[in-house]
Amino acid sequence: MEDKLRTFLKDLFGEKILSEYTHRGQLSFYIQPQALREIAVALKNDSDLKFDFLTDITVVDHQGQAWEKDGRFEMVYIFLSLKNTFQFMLRAKLPENAATMPTLSKDWACANWLEREVWDLMGIKFEGHPELTKILTVDELVGHPLRKDFGITYEMPQFSHNSDEIEVVPDNPHH
Amino acid sequence: MNTQAEHKPSSVEFSDVVEHDGGRKTMTLNMGPQHPSTHGVLRLVLELDGETVVSCEPVIGYLHTGIEKSLESKLYYKALPMTDRMDYMSPMSNNLGFCLAIEKLLDIEEAIPARAKWIRVLMAELTRINSHLVWLGTHAIDLGAMSMFLYAFRDREAILDIYEIVSGQRMMSSYFRVGGLMDDVPKSFHKSVRRILTELPKRIDEYEDLLTNNRIWQMRTIGVAKISAENAINGGLTGSSLRGSGVKYDVRKAFPYSDYDKFDFKVPVGEHGDVFSRYQVRMYEMRESLKIVQQALDGLPEGPIRAHVPGVVLPPKPDVLSKMESLIYHFKIITDGFKVPRGSVYVPIESGKGEIGFFIDSDGTNVPNRVRVRPPSFVNLSALPSMVEGSLVSDVVAAIGSLDIVLGEIDR
Repeated sequence: MEDKLRTFLKDLFGEKILSEYTHRGQLSFYIQPQALREIAVALKNDSDLKFDFLTDITVVDHQGQAWEKDGRFEMVYIFLSLKNTFQFMLRAKLPENAATMPTLSKDWACANWLEREVWDLMGIKFEGHPELTKILTVDELVGHPLRKDFGITYEMPQFSHNSDEIEVVPDNPHH
Repeated sequence: MNTQAEHKPSSVEFSDVVEHDGGRKTMTLNMGPQHPSTHGVLRLVLELDGETVVSCEPVIGYLHTGIEKSLESKLYYKALPMTDRMDYMSPMSNNLGFCLAIEKLLDIEEAIPARAKWIRVLMAELTRINSHLVWLGTHAIDLGAMSMFLYAFRDREAILDIYEIVSGQRMMSSYFRVGGLMDDVPKSFHKSVRRILTELPKRIDEYEDLLTNNRIWQMRTIGVAKISAENAINGGLTGSSLRGSGVKYDVRKAFPYSDYDKFDFKVPVGEHGDVFSRYQVRMYEMRESLKIVQQALDGLPEGPIRAHVPGVVLPPKPDVLSKMESLIYHFKIITDGFKVPRGSVYVPIESGKGEIGFFIDSDGTNVPNRVRVRPPSFVNLSALPSMVEGSLVSDVVAAIGSLDIVLGEIDR
């Protein structure tokens, strides 16, 4: 199955597949961010591979690590083929100044909320998403809490309606 | 400070009655966040035309406590108790997923002793029954079957007692550890589990007698909140909600973990994808879980309950008291934790609510860089609008109940 998938991706998308990564037996492909949708849809529609189940969309923030220079954010898409009982990941590295991905919400209904969560907590934009708004945090909260530069040690989050009452701690990078 | 609001707030327009072109009027109704049948603090903004739902927009986040963020600031073993608090009906399943993911990152899966694996399976299946009993009770009370709630919670008590026997805690048990278990099961454990194994099958029969052929129950559930197999897959549904639509996907069978491939059990699937099908699937699953518990108890292997991985897994207590190296390792693990090699994995397990997956990214230190929990309830709930639009308000209650959501996990 792994070989079939590898040949499929290499044949159809060539240089859009940047590299392959296997960790503890789990297969991932790094791809060009903008090619995500065409690759995902091709995998979904192929009658043999049939990766029709989008398990999860998530993102990792690599700020402060030695490998941050490759791209601060690492998007992770987990796909499952129910037909072949096979799971693998598509990954894409995004620089901080271009944290944008194409949306999958038109092809998978579950992507709508998953992408909203990624936007809310990590601030990655999804081009073409019908309603990219906050989903988990309160409307007044400014910033994206899962980013590494969003402080965790300072207890009081800054809400716009009580900002006058809060003493601003100067060395918190978030302020 | 940066006061520039870079988000468009997700606030919903409030208006009681909206008049459309042609004189048609619709009403906007807020169901929740403090509605008893929304199973927590879920708010649904319903647009109603008479009693028919025109549109439904779930609003979540009232319980958001930043669990994923907190997990990033704790040592691996100290982060474990936080996982109990997401889906508080299935603490042991959450523990199991978290431990398995770390064990995969550490590459010590082979070292986990058989006894630990089997006790994990046993407890995870009791947890599934626990989760399903709470679902049964609350779902039934939502649809007017008051007594079912009391019966289901009575039986759940027996399972909570077992949690207490093994871990000392009734709900937030945190019983599993990276590399094995907190402690071996005490003597009274076997007797208590056997009592459940003899009592519960009769009780499940009773519940089915009360509900399955009950005319009111059937009218409230058959053909209500239907979702086709295709839409269920497209919407990312997992667990009993997916299987109710006839898709045979169960992580325990698809990607067996923790020796599940050594147990004999069936995965039930429904036919119609309605509330009744999901009800039938969950009732059947409870019986299958009991079969697994029976097998695990009968064949429980002897041996240690923690892997022998110095520097990562705590050594047995007698060794700590008698051997110098063990004492040092114990001290080092408690104070500094253990380092996990760089890399990331995704490990899914089948919890009572569906596929709960842990994606953990390690940067080589003793604290995870990122822990992502793939929440089954979150994804299942996102399919709710498509299930209820066009149906009656009372069917919304049935639909929420049949999806079996828990807001602690949705909001995290």
